Amino acid sequence: MSAMSVLAPISGRRRRKDKVARALLLTATLIALVPLVLVIYYLLKRGLGAISWHFFTSDPTGAFIGDPGGIKSAILGTIEMVALATLISVPIGIGVALYLVEYGRDSKFASVVRYFVDVMTGVPSIVFGLFVYIVLVIGSLGSGYAAWKGAIALSLLMLPVITRSSEVVLLLVPDSLREAALALGAPRWRIVFRIVLPSALPGLVTGSLLAVARAAGETAPLLFTAAIVFGTSFNLSDRMNSMPIQIFNDVGQASDVLVQRAWGAALTLVVMVLLLTLVARLVARRSRFT
Amino acid sequence: MAVEATTTSMAGSGRSPLERPLRARFPDRLLRWVLTALAAGILLLIAFFFVRLIVEANPALSKFGVLHFAFDNDWDVSRSIYGALPLVVGTLITSAIALLIGVPIAVATAVYLTELAPRRVRGPLTVLVELLAAVPSVVYGLWGVFVLIPKLKPAEAWFGRTFDFIPFVGADVAGPNYFIAGLILAIMILPIVSAISREVLATVPVGDKEAALALGATRWEMIRIAVLPYSRAGITGAAMLGLGRAIGETIAVTLVIGNAPQIGGTIFEQGYTLAAVIANEFGEAANNPLHRAALIAAGLVLFVLTLLVNVLARAFVVRGQRKRAGGPAQGQAAIAAGGPPV
Repeated sequence: MSAMSVLAPISGRRRRKDKVARALLLTATLIALVPLVLVIYYLLKRGLGAISWHFFTSDPTGAFIGDPGGIKSAILGTIEMVALATLISVPIGIGVALYLVEYGRDSKFASVVRYFVDVMTGVPSIVFGLFVYIVLVIGSLGSGYAAWKGAIALSLLMLPVITRSSEVVLLLVPDSLREAALALGAPRWRIVFRIVLPSALPGLVTGSLLAVARAAGETAPLLFTAAIVFGTSFNLSDRMNSMPIQIFNDVGQASDVLVQRAWGAALTLVVMVLLLTLVARLVARRSRFT
Repeated sequence: MAVEATTTSMAGSGRSPLERPLRARFPDRLLRWVLTALAAGILLLIAFFFVRLIVEANPALSKFGVLHFAFDNDWDVSRSIYGALPLVVGTLITSAIALLIGVPIAVATAVYLTELAPRRVRGPLTVLVELLAAVPSVVYGLWGVFVLIPKLKPAEAWFGRTFDFIPFVGADVAGPNYFIAGLILAIMILPIVSAISREVLATVPVGDKEAALALGATRWEMIRIAVLPYSRAGITGAAMLGLGRAIGETIAVTLVIGNAPQIGGTIFEQGYTLAAVIANEFGEAANNPLHRAALIAAGLVLFVLTLLVNVLARAFVVRGQRKRAGGPAQGQAAIAAGGPPV
């Protein structure tokens, strides 16, 4: 640096301090990555052994020794419940975001809604499960565990995530597009459906997929809504198995074969979640506005 | 005119030739109503949520009294006595450990990624840190039970023996304990604290940083005098949002805390947390109304606790952002999205 000749040189002590501080910051960053590496290493090391064709195509048998069965019912159950939760939460979540961006804007009511949506993101998932349990499982609206009740618990969890991510994306649609359409005489609803939603689509898909990825790994809300079964079910008003619940149960068993199945299921679940995250990122790349 | 093209099908009897007849305005009103109703529905839902929790928790709260329920150190299902202090204390201890370990690392990571990392590695490193958030809670629990607990036990025992003069450190190491739970929580809050800190750090005006450098500051001095003071409120908010997460985290903690309703004397003893007790005892409580009410009351305490923490955190982050006038509130959006944009 040419400035060196003008300014007094940096003293050795300060330079050493700078080096040490930088090294510490780098070390902390590397430490932050250690758990990720370790988790993936152990998932592969202990989980790969469990995985086979039989693992994906058979239901848990409930046996402690011998053949424990696979995770077919868990995979299908997770897909069914998360799909239903997505069907519920995506329209509502994007609808609320549309209200906030297109109609509410900076009004008092809109900021109250925004605040409480934020509050909802901070509510622990187990409390959502508890809520659905109180209202739907033991309440007057019918009794007993059912897959659709699990899906509702998951959708409560996804709703605020979808709303806030959608709001950010919808805000990115330039006002000039809306104004151009208005000037051409288009009614507001056409602007929403023909211009705002299509131009924000990649971002909306990304936000929804991330919410799906989060819901797929949630255990607590399903624990007392969809409960625990072994068999595959396609009836959403029955009890239903799911991947996180299956893993949670197997971990608690003093049986090597069940623990092995838990590792295999965990590996499968993490791969599923990572794939969803990856797809979400790829979709985000296609977005026109950033 | 294009306007006419879209309105030719309508009878043009309005006051203005551009005004749409009622029938054509209907979809607009409908959409507006539906969307407003959805937004209002969220508020009603949360209110309903709160009321139902209180109603269902009432049998336990009225039997023991709110204060006794929250502050009695006796949770004994067999005697039907429910004092949640061991659970509250367990929640606070594990969250404190999580913050002590997680926040410094998360903030250091954020500072490194925003101020020091070479451009080429910045993107990949950011993605890797955020991937920590993609691992489901139950998987961290599984890993904690079968890897962390057995592998760390010797290290914990050594630490306990060597440093037993420090309060709350002891040589008796239970397999599952507060420390393991806190460590796993630290890993789980790391990505969100780091992501929000990064966004807060990104708002430091370039002018401030350049001014520090122009005065001859080294990179570290620039960070210390220009970057960190400016972002203090925002980073505090990020840490508190991490705290909110740690308090409410259930499944991973349930698997590694030991589930003993007692207040352990050291961080290496077994304990329990509010969230873990709900997950764990729910099955047996199904046919015991008082037990069930006690668990719902524990959920209520948890709800109120996370609510308070989140409200405070938000106030801090917003205060941090008010400093710079205008500009999109990116940090807030990330917080709101419930985590880092993985």
